[in-house]
Amino acid sequence: MKLRHGILAATAAAAIALSAPVVKAETFKFAFQGNLSSLDPHSLNETFLLGSLNNVYEGLVLYDDNLKVVPGLAESWETIEPTKWKFNLRKGVKFHNGNDFTAADVKFTWERAIGEGSDQIARASKIKNVEIVDDHTVIIETPAPNPILTSDLVNILIMDKEWSEANNTANATSASADNSGNFANLNSNGTGPFKVDEHKADVKTTFSKFDGYWGSMKSNVTKIEFTPIKEAATRVAALISGELDLVYPVPVQDWKRLEEAKGVKPLAGPEARTIFLGMDQGRDELLYSNIKGKNPFKDIRVRQAFAHALNLDAIKKKVMRGAATPSGLMIAPQINGHIPELNTPYEYDPAKSKELLAAAGYPDGFEVTMDCPNNRYVNDEKICQAVVSMLAKVGVKVDLLAQPKSKYFGKVLATGGYDTSFYLLGWTPGTMDAENVFSSLLTCQNKEEKKGLFNLGNYCNPKIDELTAKIGSETDQAKRNALIKEGFTILKEEVGYLPLHQQPLSWGVREGVELNQRADNALDFRYVVIN
Amino acid sequence: MVSFLFKRLIQSFIVMFTVALIAFSMFRFVGDPINNMVGQDTTQEQREELREQLGLNDPFVVQFLRFAGNAVVGDFGISYKFKVPVSEMIAERMPATLELAFVSAVLALVVGIPLGVYTALRRNGVISKMVMTMSLFGVSLPTFLIGILLILFFGVVLRWLPTFGRGDVVDLGFWTTGFLTKSGILSLILPSITLALFQMTLIMRLVRAEMLEVLRTDFVKFAKARGLPDRSVHFKHALKNTLVPVITITGLQLGSLIAFAIITESVFQWPGMGLMFIQAIADVDIPIMAAYLVLIAFFFVVINMIVDILYYAVDPRLRTSDGS
Repeated sequence: MKLRHGILAATAAAAIALSAPVVKAETFKFAFQGNLSSLDPHSLNETFLLGSLNNVYEGLVLYDDNLKVVPGLAESWETIEPTKWKFNLRKGVKFHNGNDFTAADVKFTWERAIGEGSDQIARASKIKNVEIVDDHTVIIETPAPNPILTSDLVNILIMDKEWSEANNTANATSASADNSGNFANLNSNGTGPFKVDEHKADVKTTFSKFDGYWGSMKSNVTKIEFTPIKEAATRVAALISGELDLVYPVPVQDWKRLEEAKGVKPLAGPEARTIFLGMDQGRDELLYSNIKGKNPFKDIRVRQAFAHALNLDAIKKKVMRGAATPSGLMIAPQINGHIPELNTPYEYDPAKSKELLAAAGYPDGFEVTMDCPNNRYVNDEKICQAVVSMLAKVGVKVDLLAQPKSKYFGKVLATGGYDTSFYLLGWTPGTMDAENVFSSLLTCQNKEEKKGLFNLGNYCNPKIDELTAKIGSETDQAKRNALIKEGFTILKEEVGYLPLHQQPLSWGVREGVELNQRADNALDFRYVVIN
Repeated sequence: MVSFLFKRLIQSFIVMFTVALIAFSMFRFVGDPINNMVGQDTTQEQREELREQLGLNDPFVVQFLRFAGNAVVGDFGISYKFKVPVSEMIAERMPATLELAFVSAVLALVVGIPLGVYTALRRNGVISKMVMTMSLFGVSLPTFLIGILLILFFGVVLRWLPTFGRGDVVDLGFWTTGFLTKSGILSLILPSITLALFQMTLIMRLVRAEMLEVLRTDFVKFAKARGLPDRSVHFKHALKNTLVPVITITGLQLGSLIAFAIITESVFQWPGMGLMFIQAIADVDIPIMAAYLVLIAFFFVVINMIVDILYYAVDPRLRTSDGS
């Protein structure tokens, strides 16, 4: 009897305590599906890690709310020679531990980012040398003229030389090197608006406002709590129950639920990621097909037939619940170099598609296997299923192989020997510039020169290679844009790829919370306001 | 006794070795770890270099022996994803899982045994029939669904209980506990019910069946004939005799509570070892996967051994047959 009273009392007390609002106005709690694997900004070149750490560390330049490059730790810059940039560093900037930010930190950071164990080598290699002029001036030398150097500098996050050396963390955290227990993996010391209070990888990370921040910001938040929540259903429930202020991503099929629930709303916007289909145009015989001795995808008529067989509007409506933006280009509107007039998708015309297939010698179509991830992009497997049924209408029998991303990428990427005939992939250029798409997806595969690494189907046109090189070094914006346009026009005429859409960003927020939904799916704490 | 123990130890060792071997050979089919460890701009050359450094190009036997050799001395390597020693991660995550399993086991016993006794004594009562019907749900509904339903009802609709996580925990240095804070205790309720439900119904049905059996035996009839009060007959004589199999099952089930906490942990984002394992599969974090599987095998082996030793101590017949 006593026990029962006790339980009743405890339940009652709990109910009373919980009915009062738990969330304090100045604490912002959010959940993401993935985890923050490390606090070391050079340990992994991944959007979520860099996006989160951009609140703690800063680059010489920053992204604003629209992904435009604005001054950060550098106040201003100029190109003194095509390959030499002079950066004037901001004065009076302090790291979280009180150390001053100086030119030595910039040089140290570059050396760390290009050094052993770093996953930022590709980015840091775009710099040949960092020369310290004085405490607040550096000259950055590039191996070749580079019009988009600043886009790369956003994610080369500046670390404190003194702190790193004192804590024996002058090299980036890596699983392979013998520097386990790397200090910077679990500790941080940046110049950003928030500092990390506690970091338990894969459990919880808490941030608090850094009072000595040099800049001003919109946010009124003083504490931020991040929890990774892997299960989508749990994530959505936690938002609706009022325990969290923001969760992402929210499955598009749950939007209606969020609209109907009180006090929360879905927040959708176009992501800078383009989803597309690629075709093996390199091999003389397709790996997974009933056609032997030749490769149908080498015939432009077959590629055109595929393009006209796809109904992008139907995918948008049925699979993406109206939330995708059908695309005719390999880059999103937010990306530098986007050409609106080329963005119209190929016309949906199954009759024409059949004619083209017949003209190419496949009146009854053919068989091919399609590789597809099932946990990487928004509704990826469902998109592939829709593609399969659309192609079936024109006689092409597609055998779908949908797998978890680890298996999928292990098969189709270079490590798996590009083992695919037809695949779905998504791409956000890390520099937010078209050049990245040209050099990664459009140039011919070239292992020696490390080019076209993600051109899985080896679409190859020497003219595009030529243009890519020019785009990489042309500093005149107008000329450069003309080159980009020329390249994309060739690609479109040759049907080198089949762009599908920009997938939606799908977040769920508590009402009364204002924030900026950046197109690269990163959360910038500086714009979070709780009313 | 000593030879028995020695035999069991050798058997346990073989079991552990086999589990490790099977687990390790399965990892080759989970995918390529390298792609999860680097960004999209990382060059082919660097990827190959990383693969070489991690020893992933070595023949299977070499990789396995290296792993087994290190595991024997408690070194499970460094997590590919988090870049910290796996043994540290396990030590950090173990309290969450053990506390959850402990509360679930207690819950299953405290609720399961009385209900079993009650339904055995009042076989035809309305309440008994209701409990029996409900218990069918407990056995047949998948854990995932139960968890989601509980979250929806108590977390989203009523808003009484937290829907995810462990709440605030107190760090005792070697152990983090949720027992000492209010949010920690509240956070335990839903996951522990979810995890306990299956065991609870199992124990209930077991106790009921055993009780029905025992109630029919002569000594119970005799006790009744002696005019002992019902209370004494049911609890002192009957229940006592049903508890032997219940204790055995509970002991064995404790292992599965820990092992099968995976689903409950991922539904409730409970930061225990099961969640870590699920995450590791998605990331192809081989060191974590290997360590977890070996550890779970170790739990089972130890629990089984303790149960065996208890039998040996309790049942004299085992000793004589061993000697002959």
